[in-house]
Amino acid sequence: MSLTRDDVLDIARLARLAITPAEMPGLSDSLPKILTFVEQLSAAQTADVEPMAHPLDGQSQRLRSDTVSETDAHERYQQNAARVEASLYLVPKVIE
Amino acid sequence: MNMEWETVIGLEIHAQLATRSKIFSGSATAYGAEPNTQANLVDLGYPGVLPVLNREVVRMAVKFGLAVGATVAKRSVFARKNYFYPDLPKGYQISQYELPIVQLGKLEIVLDDGARKTVGITRAHLEEDAGKSLHENFQGYSGIDLNRAGTPLLEIVSEPDMRSAKEAVAYMKRIHTLVRYLEICDGNMQEGSFRCDANVSVRQKGQEKLGTRCEIKNLNSFRFIEKAINHEVARQIDVIEGGGKIRQETRLYDPDKDETRPLRSKEEANDYRYFPDPDLLPVIIEQSFIDQVRATLPELPDQKAARFVEQHGLSPYDAGTLSASREVGDYYEAVVAALGAAHAKLAANWVMGDLSASLNNDGLEISGSRIGAAGLAALLARIVDETISGKIAKEVFEAMWADGQSADAIIEARGLKQITDAGAIEKVIDEVIAANPKQLADYRAGRDKLFGFFVGQVMKVSGGKANPAQVNDLLKKKLQGQGSL
Repeated sequence: MSLTRDDVLDIARLARLAITPAEMPGLSDSLPKILTFVEQLSAAQTADVEPMAHPLDGQSQRLRSDTVSETDAHERYQQNAARVEASLYLVPKVIE
Repeated sequence: MNMEWETVIGLEIHAQLATRSKIFSGSATAYGAEPNTQANLVDLGYPGVLPVLNREVVRMAVKFGLAVGATVAKRSVFARKNYFYPDLPKGYQISQYELPIVQLGKLEIVLDDGARKTVGITRAHLEEDAGKSLHENFQGYSGIDLNRAGTPLLEIVSEPDMRSAKEAVAYMKRIHTLVRYLEICDGNMQEGSFRCDANVSVRQKGQEKLGTRCEIKNLNSFRFIEKAINHEVARQIDVIEGGGKIRQETRLYDPDKDETRPLRSKEEANDYRYFPDPDLLPVIIEQSFIDQVRATLPELPDQKAARFVEQHGLSPYDAGTLSASREVGDYYEAVVAALGAAHAKLAANWVMGDLSASLNNDGLEISGSRIGAAGLAALLARIVDETISGKIAKEVFEAMWADGQSADAIIEARGLKQITDAGAIEKVIDEVIAANPKQLADYRAGRDKLFGFFVGQVMKVSGGKANPAQVNDLLKKKLQGQGSL
């Protein structure tokens, strides 16, 4: 499995990782090795196997009743936030 | 080169489900709360917490599926849709991908010319809404309110079956009506409970292959969706006729400028890397649950309209208008119940006419009407028993709307009772004829059109209160020289 330089940059972008030029050679070398290792799985014969969505597939998701069980605790939660104003979490400006 | 173009539209409608609590947590979903007061650790994406699915959300999705004749999946699977944005704290949205809960339904829409068309519904899947980002007021920062994060959404995806902006609007209105009938969504577009993305492409007439599509986001009114699609179609035709190619991209509609513009460039095309969410087991739905939900289905808009035609003798158009919203249908039916089915057409005309106009003027929903169904029925009863004419009834209606008094009180206080005493009407007619000798002579010389003039004069002199049918009868006789003059 080979990866181009653009593949590596694209994966880094999707993962929001800032890659320095110095890190590129190492990643370009090790990422394909990891993929090749995992690729062994594709040797398994799966044509007749029903895909599973979960290790406990066959059991059903438990459901809860539609009741409000939570009370406001934003002041506590916001103690972890870097910046808060008017009860809003502030983050560096993002606008699409 | 003058080519004929065909527009192809598919819609993705997001309906917030009207539950009390969120799809995966016990936080409240009420609109308009103080920021972040309705976001708990699950909604905030803290480590070590697990989502637990709300039963009501499943029930509502099944209800929708049954109403559009779809297959309700006995096994559906939640998946993670991965992307980064500050109003999505987990870094992924829990959605459904390969195995949605509702598959392959359809819905019939009625177009302006009365033609009917069936639109395919590819799927409807459950997912969580994201939070809200506020970009103003914070120098260099965006404010994040996560109250909306985790609000249950049903995303309803249509086939690319619509061929014009008008068809798209008709379909969206139909879904809007349906989710409100089913009481699974409040349909409030201003609050974002019901919104839509449109996939739009054009192709040459007769060509089978679909053109490259663009997705328009941010459509939260019926008017905007029509304008946005029309704008986008014109843009795409311009590009192609100018020798260019359409790029598949997401575009945003700006209602202020009435244009669409690209939201993301192609270089940043999204790659959501869906995979089954290991925090949630597949949802297994038993047939008994589906049967239970089916038993709770209300009368649907089409069924109601058909009943109005059959039981009340309404035209299909009137029946369609009155069944378009459950509340309007209920109001109309209450009026008919009080007035008698024989007068259904009268009730229909008033609900669609004066009542609807007054509601529009004051920006009210029918639930907030200043005149209740009983009040309107009492007014119409006075037309039926000939206490007042239809014209006077409009005056009474306006007074009722303004000050909330009953029809009878207003008729009494203003002396609006219709004059049905033939002697009194004759007296007025005699006065009018005596005052207009020239018109009388012309009429008798053959100018039949003057009849209307005399009717108008008599009604004017009587303050609109003379019974119109009697006026017609008596006036005809008198003008022809019969009876005393």
